[in-house]
Amino acid sequence: MGAVAGLFLLTGAALAADPPYGFGQPATPGEIAGANIDILPDGTGLPPGQGSVGQGAALYASTCAACHGERGEKPLDATMRLVGGAGTLATPKAVQTVGSYWPYATTLFDYIRRAMPFPAPRSLSPDQVYAVTAYVLRLNGVVPDGTVLDAASLPRVRMPNRDGFISAYKPGR
Amino acid sequence: MPDESAKWPRRGLLRGAGLALAAAPLRKALAADEPAQAPPRWMTEQGDTVADYGMPSPYERAVIRRIRDKQKMPTVISTMTPLQDLVGIITPNGLHHARCHAGVPAIDPDRHRLLVHGMVDRPMSFGMDDLTRFPSVSRLHFLECSGNSKFFKAALIKPNWTAQDTHGQVSCAEWTGVRLADVLAEAGVQKGATWMLAEGADACAMSRSIPIEKALDDAILAYAQNGERLRPENGYPLRLFLPGWEGNTSVKWLHRLKLGTQPFETRDETAKYTDLMPDGTALQFNFVMEVKSVITFPSPGKDPKQPGFHEIGGLAWSGRGRVARVEVSTDGGANWREATLQEPVLPQCLTRFRLPWDWDGGPAVLQSRATDETGDVQPTREKLLAARGPNFIYHYNAIHSWRVAPGGEVKLAV
Ligand code: HEC
Repeated sequence: MGAVAGLFLLTGAALAADPPYGFGQPATPGEIAGANIDILPDGTGLPPGQGSVGQGAALYASTCAACHGERGEKPLDATMRLVGGAGTLATPKAVQTVGSYWPYATTLFDYIRRAMPFPAPRSLSPDQVYAVTAYVLRLNGVVPDGTVLDAASLPRVRMPNRDGFISAYKPGR
Repeated sequence: MPDESAKWPRRGLLRGAGLALAAAPLRKALAADEPAQAPPRWMTEQGDTVADYGMPSPYERAVIRRIRDKQKMPTVISTMTPLQDLVGIITPNGLHHARCHAGVPAIDPDRHRLLVHGMVDRPMSFGMDDLTRFPSVSRLHFLECSGNSKFFKAALIKPNWTAQDTHGQVSCAEWTGVRLADVLAEAGVQKGATWMLAEGADACAMSRSIPIEKALDDAILAYAQNGERLRPENGYPLRLFLPGWEGNTSVKWLHRLKLGTQPFETRDETAKYTDLMPDGTALQFNFVMEVKSVITFPSPGKDPKQPGFHEIGGLAWSGRGRVARVEVSTDGGANWREATLQEPVLPQCLTRFRLPWDWDGGPAVLQSRATDETGDVQPTREKLLAARGPNFIYHYNAIHSWRVAPGGEVKLAV
């Protein structure tokens, strides 16, 4: 019985998925783990760890404020503004920031981890990314003081513009 | 194609030529006793040696990309191709536009790998030597930044803008690589996989979600551009290439593809590269670069020097397929004439158009209006602005106007 099932599995796999050329190498677990940094809106991909608004405030002041402004509203360049703009999207002078525009809090964690701080991307620990994410959300009034974010709580943060996006993609055109 | 010599008003040509003669400063009268002219210096001495990698003539030093750093950071870069200085449809590699969010990474190709994982039967890792073994494809395609001609906001417009400033974030090359579908088949795409994350190996790990239909249709993993390996700023050693789609989806320095069942909602498909509409909602995954054109001669800095015969020339393209026709107006859109399309006319590729013009020396407003093979026509600026409102940034494809002043100076007309 076991042998038959084993045989079936083998043939099944071979039928479904013979590599046509046999080029390349199987990816190693370490290779995947090191590169697999994306985070889905439901939190898939979030690492263990946690960080609070308070911890984030200190980190933000030392590693982010120089470029993004002390409270995220007065950055070096207007396009780097992180805070404000609530209620402006349907006005002629829309201000698109994390707080007013971004649909998912998970994207904030994902982007900070992969790209910030600008001079040293990938230098923050998961705890630090959770903390500074919490602080940027706090500056935007999306979470209250005292918030601690982790893999369970971050995906539950509902962004004000969560339902503001419509997909223009139509398969076939 | 209609025979253009048949359409060309012969008498107009003659009149134009007469005017040109009259206007040109008279050269020395032809005299039989004129002494023989000395040969130019370069015929009287040995020339230079040849460089191992050639550069343009020093006299072409002005034909360069315009480089703008954004966000006051030298590594957040946007560059523009000098369209007004180029002929044909191919952009030389050193002039191809590039947009970089975190500088140009210095990638060692021997250490560069492409990871394919997620919803595949066999997570795979490919080195450059593995990838170049697949059957190759070479295709001519334009690449346009979705922010090209970013001038919805009248306040941002500068009156001295050239075609490079207004349209220079489109370029065109022969891209060589392998079919993404072939490489994905090695890993075995699982049933139910609908989206693919494409991630770059730069300092922001630039990432976009791509529908699997596109990945399996005409997507290329490109390693070469116009016959040589990709330039670093254009993705060396490996980039995704998605014909007809907004440039940033053709992720450069490609090092990871992950298959899944939904978009990954990265920063560059939520915070950026989305289109805020007048009602406050935003269009996401607005991938296709729609039909568009620009006149490159005459254009600012490329003035017609004298009345008479000139060939109006320019470029047209569409992310939906081939350019079907281009009409040109010299009176601000009151009358249109059909331009000749220069072969080759290829899908998702720059197409050159030209039209003879007998300039009477008076004021003119030059416009081009392209139609693609799906019937899409470029809208007027007024119509586009009305439809998309004040906050739209990307995907500007309106009919473009240059104003020719008496005397020949050409300037942006909005
Ligand atoms: C040296 C300047 C600098 C520092 C320091 C810096 N950033 Fe940034 N940040 C930038 C630039 C430049 C961009 C825009 C990059 C781009 O457009 O691709 C940016 C973009 C962002 C964005 C995306 C904004 C948007 O609306 O798309 C977030 C979020 C962000 N930074 C968070 C942070 C955090 C958190 C820190 C500290 C840990 C930090 N940054 C430190 C320069 C900086």
